[in-house]
Amino acid sequence: MTIATESRALDSRIPSGPIETKWEQHKFDIKLVAPANKRKFTVIVVGTGLAGGSAAASLGELGYNVLNFCVQDSPRRAHSVAAQGGINAAKNYQNDGDSVYRLFYDTVKGGDFRAREANVYRLAELSVNIIDQCVAQGVPFAREYGGTLANRSFGGAQVSRTFYARGQTGQQLLLGAYSSLMRQVDAGRVKMFERREMLDLVMVDGHARGIVARNLVNGEIESYAGDAVVLCTGGYTTVFFLSTNAVNSNATAIWRCHKRGAFFANPCYTQIHPTCIPQVGTGQSKLTLMSESLRNDGRVWVPKNKGDKRRPADIPEEDRDYYLERRYPAFGNLVPRDIASRAAKLVCDEGYGVGPTGFAVYLDFKDAIQRLGAAVVRERYGNLFHMYEEIIGDDPYHSPMMIYPAPHYAMGGLWVDYNLMSNVPGLHVLGEANFSDHGANRLGASALMQGLADGYFVIPYTLGHYLASNKLAPVSTSHDAFKEAVAGVKAQTEKLLSIKGKTTVKDFWWRLGRIMWDNVGMARTRDSLTRAISEIRTLREEFWADVNVSGIAADFNKTLEFAGRVADYLELGELLAVDALHREESCGGHFREEYQTSDGEALRNDEKFTYVAAWEYAGDPGKAALHKEPLTFENIKIAQRSYK
Amino acid sequence: MSKTISLILDVWRQPGPGKPGRLVRYTVNGVSPEMSFLEMLDQLNEDLTKKGEDPVAFDSDCREGICGTCGLVINGVAHGPKAACTTCELRMRAFRDGDIITIEPFRAKAFPIVKDLVVDRGAFDRIIASGGYVSMNAGSAPEANSLPVGKDMAERAMDAAVCIGCGACVAACPNASASLFVSAKISQLAHLPQGQPERWRRVKNMVERMDLEGFGDCSNHGECEAVCPKEISIMNIAQMRRDWVKAVLQD
Repeated sequence: MTIATESRALDSRIPSGPIETKWEQHKFDIKLVAPANKRKFTVIVVGTGLAGGSAAASLGELGYNVLNFCVQDSPRRAHSVAAQGGINAAKNYQNDGDSVYRLFYDTVKGGDFRAREANVYRLAELSVNIIDQCVAQGVPFAREYGGTLANRSFGGAQVSRTFYARGQTGQQLLLGAYSSLMRQVDAGRVKMFERREMLDLVMVDGHARGIVARNLVNGEIESYAGDAVVLCTGGYTTVFFLSTNAVNSNATAIWRCHKRGAFFANPCYTQIHPTCIPQVGTGQSKLTLMSESLRNDGRVWVPKNKGDKRRPADIPEEDRDYYLERRYPAFGNLVPRDIASRAAKLVCDEGYGVGPTGFAVYLDFKDAIQRLGAAVVRERYGNLFHMYEEIIGDDPYHSPMMIYPAPHYAMGGLWVDYNLMSNVPGLHVLGEANFSDHGANRLGASALMQGLADGYFVIPYTLGHYLASNKLAPVSTSHDAFKEAVAGVKAQTEKLLSIKGKTTVKDFWWRLGRIMWDNVGMARTRDSLTRAISEIRTLREEFWADVNVSGIAADFNKTLEFAGRVADYLELGELLAVDALHREESCGGHFREEYQTSDGEALRNDEKFTYVAAWEYAGDPGKAALHKEPLTFENIKIAQRSYK
Repeated sequence: MSKTISLILDVWRQPGPGKPGRLVRYTVNGVSPEMSFLEMLDQLNEDLTKKGEDPVAFDSDCREGICGTCGLVINGVAHGPKAACTTCELRMRAFRDGDIITIEPFRAKAFPIVKDLVVDRGAFDRIIASGGYVSMNAGSAPEANSLPVGKDMAERAMDAAVCIGCGACVAACPNASASLFVSAKISQLAHLPQGQPERWRRVKNMVERMDLEGFGDCSNHGECEAVCPKEISIMNIAQMRRDWVKAVLQD
């Protein structure tokens, strides 16, 4: 690892002036593309989730010629669809003291003072437009009897600012973006490419000018040229194997861009979500999230006595430890996710955990059902209770849910400037794929907000600025750079198929997941991280010597798809550990056991680590070069987080 | 850990579109009851890969019943024996040791087979593209609370909006009709003020597109409602028909 000081390669392009007017002023200062000229530009958008779908639709509405790609069989199935609880917006409809400034403050504090102030302020500012936009699309948000929009509370906030559509908010917002996208498809402004996986970025004269994708139906390697690339391909917590992500969620697009020069920022900031259904078996393919919104009405507890085997209903109040309410009286069950997850781990490690494995805590709705009635609870969380019952075979209306933390979200991602452009000119990165807004911990109901803010309201402006400021020569896929990239992808495919080893792709992925969860999970130490790096390197060598990839290249071949993804996880996992090892402090989702307060809270080292760590690929994840973007806090006073 | 079971699977294998397919018998051992149906198929595929055979192609993504990617006909029923449940949510505790399970794709003329159990449901996207939206551009929306929507209407719109676009309704229908899918979108927007300006044009365009894609007509069997994992009511089809008649009469 080579360590650079403050890097000249990183210009965050944060506009000057007071934070309240930065975005407004910036929108005036940046260049525009005239309406008649927009159709002359081709924009490649990869991904169709909240960020990609909204970006492709909005760019199409503006008149750009958009090529939109997704790995699923339909853009409506991107994993944003699975977000449950809600979306934050500083509307202050509840008259409870909310404001753009408060949402900005809560998000910076929730991120443990490791996010860029200017980006977060813009996010809070745009949050109100998102709700207007989605309502106008016909998104059926929850309503009050008088017809106005309803709100609920989420972790890390003392106001009710979360808008929701039952427990399916992500689905409804995504279907809203999808409907706008399909309107543009019908209008001929967006061309949709389903079942395509981006496998490389094509650079011409130092600018991102195209992509190479595999057609997942027939295996053909295709390439597409354009004037800019907008990457909206989500996060990378599937590196843990078991996570709340979909089975096709993967890190390949961002990782291949990283290998083409895009800096990877803060890879160690991964979020372990506190309320997931615990692992039950070894053949399990994923973990299922139970929305954080459940913590509005559910109370988290464990028995006061170790190994108490009584049924939860038989354990009287005096023998229950509502540990979140006890340790954090001000926020109670609604502490931020990183804190709730660590608290659950702590009680389970001490032997108070419940369930067959001892790695679970109760989330109990008894009091809520008594207070509100089962009908109200069903209206709020019915689909989540149903989902739980399907999976566990137990009815949460009558006995408490069992939950345990699981990998969920990546705050880290490709480095971007204020315009959401990476250090690679022309390569823009939106949504979970970038690093920009959540610091070291994301608050609940903020991912949907960020994806849609980036897609509907940021990229339509900033992409125009890029296109208007750069004189790009026309390129086509017959350019040598495309041929070289296609040849590289084909060579890797052939290599994977030629190894013909004995160990399955899934087996490698599962073993990597064990290494990551045990050593780079909720609690990290110098030893565990050093061990992880060495074990991952060994596993990577074994992979390239012994992986068993069945079938042929020119076919619908899931095994081959996953082999490519796991090859990338085996590199990304190492970089994640390298970043975690270098960051000698605890902050948000990154908890180093060596750095904690006497009562077990994360202990930051602001003097040394108030920066974004942006890693440059140098042929091997272990040799990545570090670039630092210093973070300055001009508006919010940096302090130790307290939710007590 | 609970006791494991063994199962006999008759799985539809078809190398590609338009090629002949057939049911192939496999045995899968060591299935635990808490496994999902797709995890059981994952296990079969691990076994096949180790034996050097081609794994069974099937689609899935979120594996929690919300993305609509997965969809198998299990013993003749789309999404299998449990009501209000997608294939990925189905757990193996619904089966007994030694059961023979037939697994087929969602069959319909408008859903051509891609490989084995994977079908092409692109027709659904084309139907939405024909009118399943409100025509408004980003940036032009009025203040969200300026247009009140009664709670009852919002809930009814939501009851229709929960459609995941899986296509089970088509697979279950003797006519392979897409009426439940199409009517869910029409009904969602018909219940909301935002959907009114384009209401009549929308229903005509979407119904026309549905016919063009080769889906059959609805003859009130109700099979779609019975298999719908989100329990969408066929009352939405009645709504669609009413709106369609009104729209046609307006011409």
